[in-house]
Amino acid sequence: MNRTLLDLWVGLFVAMGLAALLFLALKVGNLSSSSYGEGYVLTANFDNIGGLKVRAPVKSAGVVVGRVTGIEYDNQTFQARVVMSMDARFKFPKDTFANILTSGLLGEQYIGLDPGGDVDNLASGDAIKKTQSAVVLEQLIGQFLFSKAAEPGAPAASAK
Amino acid sequence: MLDLGGRALRLIGRRVVNAVWRLGFASRFLVAILLSSGMAFQRIGLTVRQVYFAGVLSLIIILVSGLFVGMVLGLQGYDTLQRYGSSEALGVLVALSLVRELGPVVSALLFASRAGSAITAEIGLMKTTEQLSAMEMMAVNPIARVVAPRFWAGVFSMPVLAALFSAMGVIGGYLVGVVLIGADEGSFWSQMQAAVDFREDIINGVIKSFVFGLTISWIAVFEGFDAEPTAAGVSGATTRTVVISSLSVLALDFVLTAFMFRGLR
Repeated sequence: MNRTLLDLWVGLFVAMGLAALLFLALKVGNLSSSSYGEGYVLTANFDNIGGLKVRAPVKSAGVVVGRVTGIEYDNQTFQARVVMSMDARFKFPKDTFANILTSGLLGEQYIGLDPGGDVDNLASGDAIKKTQSAVVLEQLIGQFLFSKAAEPGAPAASAK
Repeated sequence: MLDLGGRALRLIGRRVVNAVWRLGFASRFLVAILLSSGMAFQRIGLTVRQVYFAGVLSLIIILVSGLFVGMVLGLQGYDTLQRYGSSEALGVLVALSLVRELGPVVSALLFASRAGSAITAEIGLMKTTEQLSAMEMMAVNPIARVVAPRFWAGVFSMPVLAALFSAMGVIGGYLVGVVLIGADEGSFWSQMQAAVDFREDIINGVIKSFVFGLTISWIAVFEGFDAEPTAAGVSGATTRTVVISSLSVLALDFVLTAFMFRGLR
């Protein structure tokens, strides 16, 4: 094997490897869209985060505006504290409302932000005051049964 | 009876002592490679030549296997996901399983049997035909001249091959899932991009394949260098390379996965 031809093959090999990595980074991964490396940080306390996970998206009006970077338990308030890294391009008013929502019936859970009308914007390190917990199916069914039983002539009463 | 038990005990003892002895020798050998690998980088032509043999000649098997693994993932993943009405998550399934696990692991297994065995057989045969001793006679360090270029070529080729395997797998999954079966193309790519993180998933996969490359190359050159200088010895060493490096890759994969992805669950 000629040395120059061999070098050509190895060069081609390296170029293919780099192309594959580039393909993985740009087409498969989120390198092209993850421009919020130097964003700002918000926290929010929830009574119940349900199945929310680290790296879950934070969306407003359906558009991803940040990611959940940390979930911890606050032993002072007995609540879950969620830390979010937000895209620096987007600012939200101080009275923004944070919900934990589910995409689809069985989809992943994410944080939805409903902007309020305050003049001041949330700064880095601020906490979102108004939060709504995740919907837990058992609690929902429990509430439904409770309200059913409270109705007059409910099947629970007639069964006695 | 007592004699049989004693013999069994002696056998176990000898096996264990032998294994520990070989591990110690292998570690000393790794240090020797690292200390005398200056030549492998100064005369880069030596290493490039080995990259050709270990990496370029493994391309066909890696690319074809990657394509088929991705196609099977697309087929099976679609079949399972559409039962739950979430066939748009097919891209996520294909990409994450390839980038995190299958890409590094399967390409490492293929690399161990395609290139690792060849390295062991070559070095073992060089030892059998006393070429290594001849080099030492000519004041050429065989570890620097023969072993180190092969070692570094393996370490370098492995991540490249794993990246190619993952990329081909994603393309295979796309071909079957979107082109053949007709899953939605937009959600295939967009959900994939939303779920696959560059640092957490892709870089971790590259780190994994780098560690596997290090392990396989180390085992391959050591088994070759340590082979008994007979025909049977070389064949035994080649077999051991494939078996030990495959097992190490699978065991290391578990350890690395436990470290890397524990925080994500």
